[in-house]
This record gives sequence, C-alpha cells and structure tokens, in this order.
Amino acid sequence: MSIDRRKFLAIAGGAAAIGIAGRRTLKVLAKNVISKPSATLAGKRWAMVIDLKKCRELPGCTKCIQACDYAHNIPDMGNSKDEIKWIWKEKFNHAFVEQENYFVPDDVKNNPAILFCNHCDNPPCTNVCPTQATWKREDGVVMMDWHRCIGCRYCMAACPYGSRSFNWRDPRPHIKQLNPDFPTRERGVVEKCNFCEERLSRGLLPACVEACPVKAMTFGNLEDPNSEIREILNKRFTIRRKPELGTQPEIYYII
Amino acid sequence: MLENAFSGSKKYWTWIIILLILIGIGTITFIYQMNTGLGITGMGRDVTWGFYIAQFTFLVGVAASAVMVVLPYYLHNYKEFGKITILGEFLAVGSVIMCMTFIFADMGQPLRMLNMFLYPTPHSLMFWDAMSLGGYLVLNVLISQVTLDAEKKGMHPPKWIKPIIILSIPWAVSIHTVTAFLYQGLAARPFWLSAIMAPRFLATAFSAGPALLILLCMMLRRTTKFDVGYQPIQKLAIIATYAMLLNVFFLLMEIFTALYSGIPGHAEHFKYLYFGLDGNYRLVPWMWLSTILAVVSLILLVTPKYRNNEKLLVIASASVFLSIWLDKGLGMVVTGFIPSTLGYVPDYWPTLPEVTISIGIYALGALIITVLYKIALSVRRQLKVS
Repeated sequence: MSIDRRKFLAIAGGAAAIGIAGRRTLKVLAKNVISKPSATLAGKRWAMVIDLKKCRELPGCTKCIQACDYAHNIPDMGNSKDEIKWIWKEKFNHAFVEQENYFVPDDVKNNPAILFCNHCDNPPCTNVCPTQATWKREDGVVMMDWHRCIGCRYCMAACPYGSRSFNWRDPRPHIKQLNPDFPTRERGVVEKCNFCEERLSRGLLPACVEACPVKAMTFGNLEDPNSEIREILNKRFTIRRKPELGTQPEIYYII
Repeated sequence: MLENAFSGSKKYWTWIIILLILIGIGTITFIYQMNTGLGITGMGRDVTWGFYIAQFTFLVGVAASAVMVVLPYYLHNYKEFGKITILGEFLAVGSVIMCMTFIFADMGQPLRMLNMFLYPTPHSLMFWDAMSLGGYLVLNVLISQVTLDAEKKGMHPPKWIKPIIILSIPWAVSIHTVTAFLYQGLAARPFWLSAIMAPRFLATAFSAGPALLILLCMMLRRTTKFDVGYQPIQKLAIIATYAMLLNVFFLLMEIFTALYSGIPGHAEHFKYLYFGLDGNYRLVPWMWLSTILAVVSLILLVTPKYRNNEKLLVIASASVFLSIWLDKGLGMVVTGFIPSTLGYVPDYWPTLPEVTISIGIYALGALIITVLYKIALSVRRQLKVS
C-alpha cells in the first residue's frame, strides 16, 4: 500500500460513511479488483518463522529475550500488572488459544512458545489508533511513535495477541542495563516489538534471531521467492496465531 | 444569567462547598496519578481499560438521554415536557463534560490529547467519538442558552434554533452509537463483538437517563419550590419502562447467543460475569444485584398501580439507574478483557485513588448541573414574580 493511497484514504474518510468501516472495505475491494503484483517486482515484506522443535532443544533458554531486553531497554517492573514485554514465552495453550486439542504431545504442551508482535499485514492496532502513533511500514514492520502516543491504550484493546505493553509507571529506574544506543520510554505510552527496525536499517538481523543458539528463528523477506524463509514455508507446515481474525500475522510457527 | 449561581440559600452553598471539596480531593489525587502514572489504578497489562472508561461509557448514555425529553417536546409538540427539556439539556451538558474529563483522566499522556485533532484519523473510532461528543456539547450549550435566554425575555426562541434542535436528536443517537462502535468493532474482544451492542447502549441510555431525570425532578421538588408536575414524570416513567424492557430483552439475546452457541470465546465472558471463572468471582455478586434490581424495577414500572405511585416510582427509578450502572459502569468494560486474549483470567478492581478521582469527576458534573439548574430555576422564578 503506497503512502499516496493512505493519504487518499484519510481524505476520503472525511466522509463519515467511508471513515468508519471504509478502510477495511476498500481493502477488500482492492484485493478483489487488483491482482497482487508478482513477487519479483514487489518490495520487502519482513516475516519470521520460529521452529519450536529446535527451540525445545534448549529448555529454559532465554537468550532471545535477554538480547531483546538489552537492545531495547526493556525494564523489569517486578510484577505482572505493570509488566513490559516485547518478546516472551508462553505455554502452548495460551500461545495458541484457538487450538483446543485435548491430547497434545507432552513436549509441545509443556514447553513454551516464543511470542512477540506478529507484525500483521492487516494490523487492527494501527487501524484504531486515533493519532497515527502506530502504523504499518511499507516493509510490514508495525511501528510506534512514542512521542505522539497519547496513551489511550485503544491499540492494546484491539490487539488479539497481547503483544502490546503500556508504561503504567516510569520504566527508567527499572532498566537493568542501559543500552545507550536505543531510546528509553517515559510513563504513559504504549510500546511493543519493533522487529528491530533500528538493526534492519543497518543491515543486521533482529537481536533475538542473532542471539538464538539453535537457530530456531528465521527472519527474511517473504516477497523474495528465493529467500530462506520462503524455502522453509514451502517445505514445512507452519501455523499462525488466530489466523481466523483476518489480521494476517507474519510470524509462522513450526510446532 | 450566571449571577444567579452566586446567590442562594445556606443549603445551596453547603452543597456547593461539599462538591468543591470532593473536586479538590479528586484533583490532588489526579496530580498524584500524573506524577506516578496510571499504575496507581487497578488496570494492568491485561485489563487495560477500567473504571474510568466504564464511567465515560455510562455517562455518554446519560448525555444521550436528553433526546428523550427533547424529541417528544419539539417533534411531537408534547407540551407537558416544556418545563423539563431545559433540565434534560443541562443534564446532557454536565454529562458530556464528565465524559471528557474521564477520558482525560484515563490517558497516559493527557497533555498530548490534542494530537487527536492535530493528526485527525478517520479510520479510528476514537476520533469520531471525540468529534460527536464535542459537537453534542456545543449543540446542547447553544440550544439551552438560546431557549433559556428567550424564555427570560418572555419571547419565543428564534426560528433558526429549531433546525439545530432537530439536528440534536439524531446527534444524541450518534454519540452512543459511535461509543458502542468503539467496542463492537474489535475482533480481539469477542465479548464486545456483538451487533446488538449499539442498540443495547441506546436502550440502557434511554432508561437510565430518564430514571435519573425523574430522581432529579423529585429532588428539585423537595429542595426548591420548582415542581415539574405529575404528568411529565409519569411520561418519563413510561419512557424508562419501555427502554428498560428493551434493555433486558437485548441482554437476554446476548446471553442466549453466547451460551447456546457455546463458543468459548463468547461464553466465557458471560460465565465470568454471572458465575465466576477460574476461581475469580469478582463481579458475580454485583451482576446478580444488577439482575435483581432490573427485575424489581420492571415489576414496579410495568404495573400501572405502582408506577403511578410516586413513592414507588422513586424506588423503581433508583433501581433502574443502579442496575444499569452496575452493568455498564462496572461490568461491561473490564469483562471484555477477562479472560484475556491469551486465555488468562486477570483480576481487576478499582483502587482507592482511581475511585477518588472518579468521585471528583462526578462531583464536577454535579456542580455543573447544580449551577445550571440553579440558573434555569432562577430565571423561571423571576418570570413568575414579574
């Protein structure tokens, strides 16, 4: 989706009728009318595959979480109510709530999955934000502007994955080890995984991917048919979280 | 006209001072919240909206209910409402201001609120909610000001105000519809994802609002010499009766759909509300209290003998108001977050600072409504004297 189109939609939305459900409706129309450009011509679409089989090889490993916490100055608030988390572990039944299977292999059931922002193609969080403080970039990264966010937490209500955190208190005193290369946040704003856009712009892989000792995370460009991520997606069966909501999450899991 | 607010009896001033003290305590607590963060509330990572947003939602309904006196009077020429339309409009003004203050109190960065207008975002329902509420406030201030001014001069209101009054009718419906859309458009929250939410919001608004207006009229009759009379109150009671019946009907439809379909994402929220979930029974007694009050109020309202008895009508109106407040002001918002999107059952209960700030905002609303009513009644009294 080009910037021009977004601008156009914003103007068109001035009419209440279009403004309310319009963006979605137009998207659906566009999908049916305009055929998808061939992959080779398209730009980038960042995505990730997480191989939980590999992840389970090292139970108790938190390297990816530690790397992210340091890279992004994530505080340790010390309680679940005020908690800030960009990447975290969750038991299978909580990570994939819609999977109601009664009998699941023990190692799947008892070992956690790695969760973070799904960087959805159709993110409900950006749709509801009243100040455009969160938006989807051309390459699919769902971004946050911590200087514009008014802290209304509408995005948190809209996210089906619990991927967003709010600074209920001043986070700065709770940062264990300060990374001077990344901004800290103030209280009263929402934050979440940024797919390490600060590293992508320097040609580096996301910190979690780099930190994983068993190479369970594969990051890549979905639009490139020759990329490693496409190869994996072609060969292995993957699932996504709550695909039925139409958000098109871009984190794929090998169970 | 404002000068009328500064002369009053001892009782009037005692009431004003009590309200000012509550507003003061609320303001101090709010400053504490500004300095510490919203962490002082019961809200957290899982339950991200709580008491403030619930009060906002409830009060949008009270504000919208002014249409229930404006519509019969201006569209159907129901003269009996002549005395109370201004009371309904002033109630709307006070309620909208409370709504806005609750939103302000709930923001993580309240001083950045204007970003909503600096970067208008039509695809966000919150933008439309701000627009419709702001517009509704302007409409009601303008209409009440112009009509009261005309009344003071003993003239008919100017002709140009009529279309604006007519406009305020659909506008009132719109404010609560948009507020419902705020919730019911979220795929992540099955509890709110129901097409009947907007109609139900309107039904709760049009029962709780007139019920409150009945109570206010009764209070005015007691504390001042102003009596709206028997008929208008009875008419308001009938409006509240129908709206309350619709509300209960809509609620039963919600419960049927959720529980009979048995889809866990939908059913579990209702289980949490009425039976408790995973050992969390936080709202169960309150929801059953709301249910009992709804039944009591309907028995009293539907039976003409009871409804016509003004003493029983006070009990009925208080029951309607409290029943809906428990449902909307306590249960509806937080239950959308319980269970959470990851299937946890978090706990939420407003903290003392949260309640103190809320009481302060309610006191602010009460102050505004008191002063506005004082002005309206003084204008009327002067008319009678002269």
